[in-house]
Amino acid sequence: MNFEFSDEQRQLHDTVNRYLTEQYTFEKFRAINASPAGWDKAAWAGLADLGVLALNVPAAQGGLGFGPLETLSVMGACGRSLLLEPFLSSAVIATAVLRAFEDAAAAELLTRMASGEAIAVLAHYEPGSRFETRWVTARAQKSADHYLLDGHKAVVLHAGAADTLLISARTGGDPGDADGVSLFRVPRDSKGLTLDVYPTIDGQRAADVYLKGVQVPAGSRLGAEGAALPAIDAALDIGLAALCAEAVGVMQALVDATVAYVQSRQQFGTPIGRFQALQHRIADMLIHLEQARSMSYLAALRCTDENVTERRRALSAAKALVGQSCRFVGQQAVQLHGGMGMTDELIVSHWFKRLTAAELMFGDSDTHLQRYAALTRS
Amino acid sequence: MRLEFTEEEQAFREEVRSFLREKLPPAIREKVLNGFELSRADHVLWQRTLHERGWGGVSWPKNFGGPGWNSVQQYIFEEETALAGAPRLIPFGTKMVAPVIMAFGNAAQQQRFLPPISAGSEWWCQGYSEPGAGSDLASLKTRATLDGDHYVVNGQKTWNTLGQYADWIFCLVRTDTHAKQQSGISFLLIDMKSPGITIRPITLLDGGHEVNEIWFEDVRVPVQNRVGEENKGWTYAKFLLGHERTNIAGVGGAKRELARLKRVAASEKKNGRPLIEDPLFAADIAQVEIDLWALEITNLRVLSGERGSRAPGPEASILKIRGTEIAQRISELLMRAVGPYALPFRREAMEAGWQSDPSREAPGPRYAATLAAAYMNQRKLSIFGGTNEIQKNIISKMIVGL
Repeated sequence: MNFEFSDEQRQLHDTVNRYLTEQYTFEKFRAINASPAGWDKAAWAGLADLGVLALNVPAAQGGLGFGPLETLSVMGACGRSLLLEPFLSSAVIATAVLRAFEDAAAAELLTRMASGEAIAVLAHYEPGSRFETRWVTARAQKSADHYLLDGHKAVVLHAGAADTLLISARTGGDPGDADGVSLFRVPRDSKGLTLDVYPTIDGQRAADVYLKGVQVPAGSRLGAEGAALPAIDAALDIGLAALCAEAVGVMQALVDATVAYVQSRQQFGTPIGRFQALQHRIADMLIHLEQARSMSYLAALRCTDENVTERRRALSAAKALVGQSCRFVGQQAVQLHGGMGMTDELIVSHWFKRLTAAELMFGDSDTHLQRYAALTRS
Repeated sequence: MRLEFTEEEQAFREEVRSFLREKLPPAIREKVLNGFELSRADHVLWQRTLHERGWGGVSWPKNFGGPGWNSVQQYIFEEETALAGAPRLIPFGTKMVAPVIMAFGNAAQQQRFLPPISAGSEWWCQGYSEPGAGSDLASLKTRATLDGDHYVVNGQKTWNTLGQYADWIFCLVRTDTHAKQQSGISFLLIDMKSPGITIRPITLLDGGHEVNEIWFEDVRVPVQNRVGEENKGWTYAKFLLGHERTNIAGVGGAKRELARLKRVAASEKKNGRPLIEDPLFAADIAQVEIDLWALEITNLRVLSGERGSRAPGPEASILKIRGTEIAQRISELLMRAVGPYALPFRREAMEAGWQSDPSREAPGPRYAATLAAAYMNQRKLSIFGGTNEIQKNIISKMIVGL
């Protein structure tokens, strides 16, 4: 039992932290957020130069072959800087999906993702699925040497930035079945594929993806037909662990900012940080932050566990608690900043929005509490 | 980073487990696992058993006759003993006064007082709080005036835990009434048989006799029973409070009670189905289990930082707050789990425990008899050892810097 980071992990953290602190200022975030694309190619290239896009890519594909702990080491800084680029979607989740398959095209795509040339995202959730990964209604009809895809994918993160979408569709079974889900590599400019791109509450970009008779070669199917769900679940779990670490970075930033604010803001002739009601609220924020940090470590350590039940139990416990902490720390940070916390001008409201989004993504706290209860009882 | 303990630590855990399998008396175990009260004899027997194994001073270094365990070993020991249903160690001797005597007492005091604490032959209690000095402990008023080679002590102490069993009491007393509050306090060891000591029970809300008031009327205490220097007692008191915190989160005990909650919820029925399947109750259990998991990891983080010999810092306040909130929540869910049978309050059924004769039996399920009383009793957790509000003051001052 130890909670030390390795030299490599510390180095990664320092490198990314320094880069983002210097290059990805709040002003930069605002400018990128206001741009039509909502993400910045130069910033993406900068991350590629640092090597962080190669973090999760296997060495055989030119990557660094690292895992969840190295990812955790950089996610906190991404959160604090409100990174708008598709790091989580492409360099963590899609990378984990592609890594799961023995597939030459996937390997080639990974190489290009590691260098920052290509961006891929997973398009899996659907309008009626909420956070149930088995609920796939999109269909893939096989005919001769190709498939025809039809369906609707909901709130696909960074789909607009991606060159390649990894789209799940049923080749068999019914919504709710674990079997029968296949996964396809689909170029974003494919005929019949349309994106309705929009900003999310936290300024990231996402899209609803519509598939109407999208034709893809049979060879773009990843893995065996109908057997893709375990790889999708595994990748989403790795993403969930990374999201928890990112949220902890945001919470730390909010606690720091709130402490600084109550020390400088004067009312009744004294800094408001002298008031016990506020001191205790900040102590509560810190307690939530530290409990969330503990669970982010658990998530990183367990998200690749081969025992799927244990893995999901730990991840649901982590996401439920981290999500609750996101709500508490975010809400209280706004409250303690008073009217200033309500403004767009301060970064505080943007961190609050990021935490609000993080709580809702990949299953909100209630969803995971329920899943934890079910996994623990059985 | 890894969660698993080292091989040596695992081996140590096995050693503790096999000791418990062999030496923990089944009668005591049954009482602990079912929430029944332990007698003085139960506690003394267990302390003797530990002492015979060389584990009488769990947190003590080897040169004072302790096992010389590091904080991780102590944590493992506390967790395993709690899970197995061993009595909670009464902290006043081994964990509170002993470290003070080791750090600040003289050789004569160390030789006189430490061995009987380890052996369980002398029971210690604490004389800190007073009617007018709770969280604001430094405002204490009990006076000790020098008269030749004795102090003459006058005053009143309260919230004295299990003093009815005690042979000795360690006391904070005021030896200088002119100095600044914290600077006029001394640390005295007082024989409970001294003339002039009167002890009176305080009956708590659960009907139990756990705490007392103690009056001191011209009690003569030899100067040689003062620990350290005169008027330096506050320093020793703060040192002691730091040592009270090694098992402050109580993770092992909470795990044991959570397992009990699940057993109870599995045997209780709602609409003919086990209560544990009720979605709301299941979510309540899941929530507290997740909170406990997070606390456990936070506790391990603090421990891993302490593997050397760094004393527990203000992080201990986080552990105290979350640990007590979680223990209280489990006790509340246990009470709620038995529905209407939380209401009967038959004192005999709680004391007699699993051995009760049928005429004194609990009216509902036997496991229900103590649950409401335990819930009420556990309210103390967020009050003692520095209220949770004081802990938040500490956090905002020491960690946040406000």
